[in-house]
Amino acid sequence: MSHHVLLIEDEPNIMEAIRFFLSRDGWKVSCHSDGATAVSEVNRITPDVVVLDVMLPNRSGFDVLKELRAAPGTRDLPVLMLTAKGQSKDRERAEQLGSSGFMTKPFSNAEVLEKLRSMVGHG
Amino acid sequence: MPRSALTGTRIRERRTMLGLKQADLARTVEISPSYLNLIEHNRRRIGGALLSRIARTLKVEVANLTQGAETEQVDQLSAAAAAHPEVNAEIDRIDEFVGRFPGWAALMSAQQRRLVQLEHHVASLVDRLAHDPFLSDSLHDILSKVSAIQSTASILVETDDLDEVWQRRFHRNLHADSGKLAEGASSLVDYLDAEGDAELGMVSPQEELESFLNSRAFHIDGLETEVPDLAESILDQDKAITSRGGKDLVRTYLWRYREEALAMPLEDFTEAAEELGYDPARLAQRFGCDIPAVFRRLASMPSDQGSRRIGLVVCDGAGALILRKATELLPLPRFGAACALWPLYRALTRPMAPVRAVLEHAGRPGYRFLCYAMSHASYPLGFGGPAVYEASMILVPPALVEPTEAEGPVEVIGTSCRICPVENCAARREPSILSDGFDTAAQLSQ
Repeated sequence: MSHHVLLIEDEPNIMEAIRFFLSRDGWKVSCHSDGATAVSEVNRITPDVVVLDVMLPNRSGFDVLKELRAAPGTRDLPVLMLTAKGQSKDRERAEQLGSSGFMTKPFSNAEVLEKLRSMVGHG
Repeated sequence: MPRSALTGTRIRERRTMLGLKQADLARTVEISPSYLNLIEHNRRRIGGALLSRIARTLKVEVANLTQGAETEQVDQLSAAAAAHPEVNAEIDRIDEFVGRFPGWAALMSAQQRRLVQLEHHVASLVDRLAHDPFLSDSLHDILSKVSAIQSTASILVETDDLDEVWQRRFHRNLHADSGKLAEGASSLVDYLDAEGDAELGMVSPQEELESFLNSRAFHIDGLETEVPDLAESILDQDKAITSRGGKDLVRTYLWRYREEALAMPLEDFTEAAEELGYDPARLAQRFGCDIPAVFRRLASMPSDQGSRRIGLVVCDGAGALILRKATELLPLPRFGAACALWPLYRALTRPMAPVRAVLEHAGRPGYRFLCYAMSHASYPLGFGGPAVYEASMILVPPALVEPTEAEGPVEVIGTSCRICPVENCAARREPSILSDGFDTAAQLSQ
């Protein structure tokens, strides 16, 4: 059974690349690029895992993660933060807010894939 | 209290010039020759009535015996000692040190001055990295483009059976991203090059005005006398101001400077400032000017010594700093918000109420100075328009007025939270890079 990942990222070519290699690996991939409506999109499509950028238009990924963790339905949803903000304080903030994983840009496709697999308990 | 830096040396020089014997001078001022000998060799501090008697006998003003280039050295050495109380430097013997080892004293003084300059520079750069929106956006944009290129290139290299449609698509993406990356990198290099040219860079008309004024220590000699159109001439000669907005701001400032120079002539103003202890309210009363104008006038007084330079900070009603005169007393943040404990902001909450405080910068313990602040409203669109608030603050160095205990408790302030070492500050809004952990960040994110 394929897992469903929601990719929340505003850089279209990053989105396309991630979408490509995840699809090739058998994932069902949905994409979204706006921070303000990200939580409602999560609730609408109920993915197995979320890849979340920090610097999003209209609302930061940290705020999105905070709201996801505050709601019973998404409290335990695996969320991988993927961001160009790689300072230790950003990593710590992501951990404090309850992210399941944190990777910085630029990233390796293989590492992203491996991380997502481990987050959904897949291979 | 007058400074006694090398006062003894000056007394000896003056006495010798007058052909007066040490014993004769001692007898006249009613002290023992051996005590006068100690004074003349800078081994005893001197001030008050005895100094006045000696000055009178030597037929000079007290100031001639106490003021000079060495005063700054003593200030610098005092600041160095205050910054390292654990060393237990013999502060009460600074005069003797300066007198006996003038070369070493000059060297230490120069190093202390350089240290303060470098601290200011580091603070500005840290502040810039943390808060400069252009730099932050540029770096984020470049990292995003690099990520897209790396991820796409990996797919092209690692996917053996990639069909032609996808290949073309990814090649197109690579081409577009590499072009944007080149543009982003190029504009970042231009930006940083411009920074190098102007040390801290100019990005707005307001900064052009500040740079123009700081390069002259806020004193414009040519405008001290009534010379028609000199303001325009000064502006035309300054090639560093390139933007139309910058020229307008400088022009407005110069014309106001000239009006205030005419209302408060430099010679009279300097004399009155010394007489009235640099109190802005009393100076405003003396010259019939408003207090913000007196603040600017005090900041425009010429000084060839950094330690005697009066600082000036002006903010708008939102608290944004709109004018900063660099001072050794308090490093001023280049970007982002300043320390919320500055009297400037207290004044902003109480328009027209004068604020006077004795301050000590957290990075320079023991070095205290006086501060005056006040805010006022203007109505550029008339009674029907909105009130526009502005607050001003001047910082008076101890070389001009030494704060006393009677001035009230000492208030410890910082430059900005980002670079402030004070722990458990009630006004902290973000963690300091000088702290070990990020506990405060955790609290802030709650």
